[in-house]
Amino acid sequence: MSVATTPRFKDNVHEALQDERLQRALRHSDNFVSGRAAAAARLPEFEALRDSARAIKDHTLAHLDLYLQAYERKVAESGGHVHYARNAVEANAIVLDLCTRRGARAVTKGKSMISEEIGLNAALEAAGIEAIETDLGEYIIQLRGETPSHIIAPAIHLSKADVEAEFRRAHRDLPAVRDLSQPEQLLAEARAILRDKFFSADVGVTGANFLVAETGTSIIVTNEGNGDLTQILPKVHVVVASLEKIVPTLADAAQLLRVLARSATGQDMTVYTTLSTGPRRPGDPDGPDEYHVVLLDNGRSAMLGSQFEDMLRCIRCGACMNHCPVYHAIGGHAYGWVYPGPMGAVLTPSLIGVAKGGQLPNASTFCGRCEEVCPMRIPLPEMMRHWREREFERRLSPVAARSALRLWGFFAKRPALYRVATDLMMRALHLAGGARGRFSWLPFAGGWTRYRDLTAPQGATFQSRWRAKSGSVR
Amino acid sequence: MDEAVNPPPRVGLFVTCLVDLMRPSVGFAAVKLLEEAGCKVIVPSQTCCGQPAFNSGDRATARAIARQTIEAFATCDYVVAPSGSCAGMLARHYPGLFIDEPEMAVKADAFAAKCCELASFLVDRLGVTKVSARYEGVVAYHDSCSNLREMSVAGQPRKLLASVEGLRLVELNEPDACCGFGGTFAVKYGELSDAIVAKKSAAVAASGADTLLAGDLGCLMNIAGKMQREGRAVKVRHVAEVLAGLTDDPPIGESAAGAKP
Repeated sequence: MSVATTPRFKDNVHEALQDERLQRALRHSDNFVSGRAAAAARLPEFEALRDSARAIKDHTLAHLDLYLQAYERKVAESGGHVHYARNAVEANAIVLDLCTRRGARAVTKGKSMISEEIGLNAALEAAGIEAIETDLGEYIIQLRGETPSHIIAPAIHLSKADVEAEFRRAHRDLPAVRDLSQPEQLLAEARAILRDKFFSADVGVTGANFLVAETGTSIIVTNEGNGDLTQILPKVHVVVASLEKIVPTLADAAQLLRVLARSATGQDMTVYTTLSTGPRRPGDPDGPDEYHVVLLDNGRSAMLGSQFEDMLRCIRCGACMNHCPVYHAIGGHAYGWVYPGPMGAVLTPSLIGVAKGGQLPNASTFCGRCEEVCPMRIPLPEMMRHWREREFERRLSPVAARSALRLWGFFAKRPALYRVATDLMMRALHLAGGARGRFSWLPFAGGWTRYRDLTAPQGATFQSRWRAKSGSVR
Repeated sequence: MDEAVNPPPRVGLFVTCLVDLMRPSVGFAAVKLLEEAGCKVIVPSQTCCGQPAFNSGDRATARAIARQTIEAFATCDYVVAPSGSCAGMLARHYPGLFIDEPEMAVKADAFAAKCCELASFLVDRLGVTKVSARYEGVVAYHDSCSNLREMSVAGQPRKLLASVEGLRLVELNEPDACCGFGGTFAVKYGELSDAIVAKKSAAVAASGADTLLAGDLGCLMNIAGKMQREGRAVKVRHVAEVLAGLTDDPPIGESAAGAKP
């Protein structure tokens, strides 16, 4: 699994906020918000579709064992193989074994967050096998040695100029006079380089948006068509996917597709929706000789039946991060592991442990916009609160925060004492700050006053004034 | 109306800890609005809704405070708070705190059903359509996240503001974006909170408003504190103050001496 910098989240935040290049790029990330709103508004049944999408996944998760068996049987019937991987190490070993058995030297890859989760590229490179990302965004960040900063737009932290600079550095034969100022020109340049790679690859690895139990089919959605070339041209197609990607039927997958792109990019459909079932059959014009599915657990089965089961409904549209004030401020890398934004704040502690990932569910204002736009109606804020509860129970939260909470709780549970103590304190603070009406600095309030002025209280508390006025506080 | 047949509703004011401690004038504005709408207002002894504990993962403390609040307001027909955040805690989260305590859960459900945010209580439950107040100014109304998403409060305060003489209402760009307060988040992740509120401050400045109002004192203190640190001269008040016509007290973070921002 890739190394997490999540424990130093606050440092990551600081660096992200100081990074002017990143901040400029983040300013342009609002298009997803207006796109989703327009797509949802165009479809009268959108809210009803969200309900049925949730029901489909809830049903599947309740009978996951059944559907996994059905799926495995169908894949086998179509001539493919399903491999179960309990964790990242096992998943990488399975893919590596499939590659070495075919003597593979180059592997093309469609976009896959699961391959990021297990660190597949590093595992392939360590075995001397070249891994080539073919999604444009993934290709760019691979050149830069970076990880995705967004689950559907991996290079969203970069500007056009950044991409041009990277291509000029990496593509040795690129003439200096060639104009690369437009996105189409950058795309054409990447396509020209990738074309040869598609033909020379021995194995193609893709992820899956859905795995259909009824037919043993894997479905990917892309906008560039790179996924199709990845899975059709090489001799071996390997799908790496996590086990909650299962849906019962093609009709179910079709329902989920109706909310997926609309929630993600605001498109009614992605440009390509590709279904693949087993290897090439006699008479097929193209397709791989071998078809394998590596089904990854990596902590997910432990989420079944827990407070975090709802998270397994996630279809990775990215709407939650597109609408998140925290993600908007810092981008995806600051989250420190594979999955950023609200879905990452819930999923990361599940997969790498709350001791390492606990910062993320704490770094939320609970503004609720993520839950409002989640097509699967996942109660993300509620689950972040569950993580805070686990942290509190295990005494993992910072000592200062715990002490402050305990002191506050002592008074808040004793109304009479609270009334007298707060009244005295507010009168004193009013005298201290009253002349100006606010404080620029106050002991123990640095987390606030370092960035903002702090309002001074008006003096006696409301309850004390009300009592004095009417005597009617019981 | 004949009071013997139809006694005025007995409304318990959940004043909220921030208003109680920082800005009592908002509490008095709420009382005036409720009384003018024909309510009998009482103020049971109270502390806080328990949200700081609840959102910090300390369920036991949150539950103890919830129990105490439910008991304190037992005799009220309604419980009204000048805050979407605290009203949301009472109305949306108290019941969940007692899922393993059936007797208390019933009480919490009944309690939650009578809890309401101030502006929506006036408009939706009492049918108030206008207030008698005057305020000269260009006003932007900020939707707090809990009002907007937890309590479905957005049109009600705007409707009442439209009836204030002399007041012109403008809308903020990205009205549904969070201000970055988030309770203890503002202090625990101060730098992050600051980056978020900076955007809200810029949106307020760009709106051309000379006054910013909202229904949650937490957001207001956050936005006022940021705007004052940036030297922006916008007056910040709780919406209840303007609706009640009680604007003699200086705006949030300013003094009677009229300290320059």
